[in-house]
Amino acid sequence: MNKKKDNHWMLLAPIYLFTILFVALPILYMFLLSFLSRAQVWGVDFTFTLDNYKKILEPLYLDTFVQSLKLALVSTVLVALIGYPYGFFMARMNDRWKKRMMLLIMIPFWTSGLIRLYGWIIVFRSNGVLDKILQGMGLTEEPLKLLYSYPAVVVGMIYVLLPFMILSVYSSAEKLDDTLVEAARDLGASPFKAFWTVSFKLTLPGLLSGVVLSFIPSMGLFFIADILGGNKIVLVGSVIQEQVTKGRNQPFAAALSAVLMILTSLMIRLYRKITGTAKLENIV
Amino acid sequence: MKTKKWPFVYVGVITAITYIPILLTVVYSFNESKISSVWGGFSLKWYVELFRDRDIGEALANSLILAVSSCILAVVIGTTGALGMHRKKSRINDGVAYLSMLPIMIPEIILGMVFLSVFSFMGLPFGMVTLVIAHTTFCIPYIYSMVKARLAGMDPALEEAALDLGASPVRVFFDVTLPLILPAILSGCVLAFAMSFDDVVISIFVTGPTVNTLPVKIYTKMKTGVTPEINALATVMLAATIFILFVAHLLGRRKS
Repeated sequence: MNKKKDNHWMLLAPIYLFTILFVALPILYMFLLSFLSRAQVWGVDFTFTLDNYKKILEPLYLDTFVQSLKLALVSTVLVALIGYPYGFFMARMNDRWKKRMMLLIMIPFWTSGLIRLYGWIIVFRSNGVLDKILQGMGLTEEPLKLLYSYPAVVVGMIYVLLPFMILSVYSSAEKLDDTLVEAARDLGASPFKAFWTVSFKLTLPGLLSGVVLSFIPSMGLFFIADILGGNKIVLVGSVIQEQVTKGRNQPFAAALSAVLMILTSLMIRLYRKITGTAKLENIV
Repeated sequence: MKTKKWPFVYVGVITAITYIPILLTVVYSFNESKISSVWGGFSLKWYVELFRDRDIGEALANSLILAVSSCILAVVIGTTGALGMHRKKSRINDGVAYLSMLPIMIPEIILGMVFLSVFSFMGLPFGMVTLVIAHTTFCIPYIYSMVKARLAGMDPALEEAALDLGASPVRVFFDVTLPLILPAILSGCVLAFAMSFDDVVISIFVTGPTVNTLPVKIYTKMKTGVTPEINALATVMLAATIFILFVAHLLGRRKS
């Protein structure tokens, strides 16, 4: 018995050590850092201050937060609208097609996100493929200048986030029991009502986890806005990166990260509350 | 029930759209002209340039070293952790398990920022070591959660039977437990490897001036402008991905 207990601690030691040293303490340090001030030349001054949080409330930075939230929201809603039917229909296909579609989704998913975005540069750039097609159809005469615009960034976001939504809707729609829908129809429900009261309700956890899985990363994906939006669209992620590298203002970056992290954990909490016991990590 | 056609059409159209940028990248990688809106004829010159580019080769090697070492570390830490927590449940264990999942539950940018400030506070030189530490933190959750799920579905009688029949705990682990959790470890590894190999956001924060990973290299190249070399690189990476997925698909089919 004694032997088994020792064994058990030896198994736990690595994850305890690593998690405390490289996850828990660093995150604590970030919160501490957010209350410190920046040293004149280099590094951090260990004096307590609330200035970093006050600075976030300045219109310039508050706007950035609002803009990031808006972009994340717009992207997530569009991802849900496009991805939900996709995942739902995919779950209704036969096994052979399911496997094929899964492969087709996984190929872009496994390719570097950057490289996939690069393809959109070719599509959007001025006199690029999209312009050529639209001009060829006689719809536009001038180049649309879509690259480095808001729609281009939204397309990029949707493109990167869509697989998360599809896969999580798919995994819950696959468990859906067809006989329940048939029962509802037999009892006189219209197709729409049967879908709404049975299918939609039962696949809601998948949709919600897809929403969380797209919303959370979208707050931090600064490189999409960078590559497809030029410097026109500034997101919280870009500000954090800029403050840490060029601005050398770690405390302010820490405060921004702290606020972002609190927003994120509130979302996860809300998700847990709505879906009950379902855990986010199950779908990762 | 009759099958309707329009769901297939919808799925087909969306899938086709997602492949447009990928196909364009492939097509333009064979373009003689440097300007992507002009077709200057078929050429392999960007591939020649790509294979001559020492920086890219070095960045690829770095990315592979990084992904492999982070995966190995994460397999050790994640698997032992999942085994230990499976054997004894306690509140502290749950807390640590939650913390270890955090890296993939918060936006990557926060993790990057946190590591940058902590490493500079600790005085660790930025380079491969900092990259491996950072990547290991977000590789562990994939392996831990896969192994944990597998353990939860495992029949405890199997291990007990082996013990009752006189096998040593070490023997039980290697003969009974490990073969049962190996598929979970492997699928966790595949995910973790892909995430590490593809990561830009965290790497940008913790990489040193002398060490470049492939995604960081591509990112800086893309920011400075369009080089058709990236088209060629993308095509090569895409081909590698398709090859690996296809082999996995075939292997999976043979098993079932």
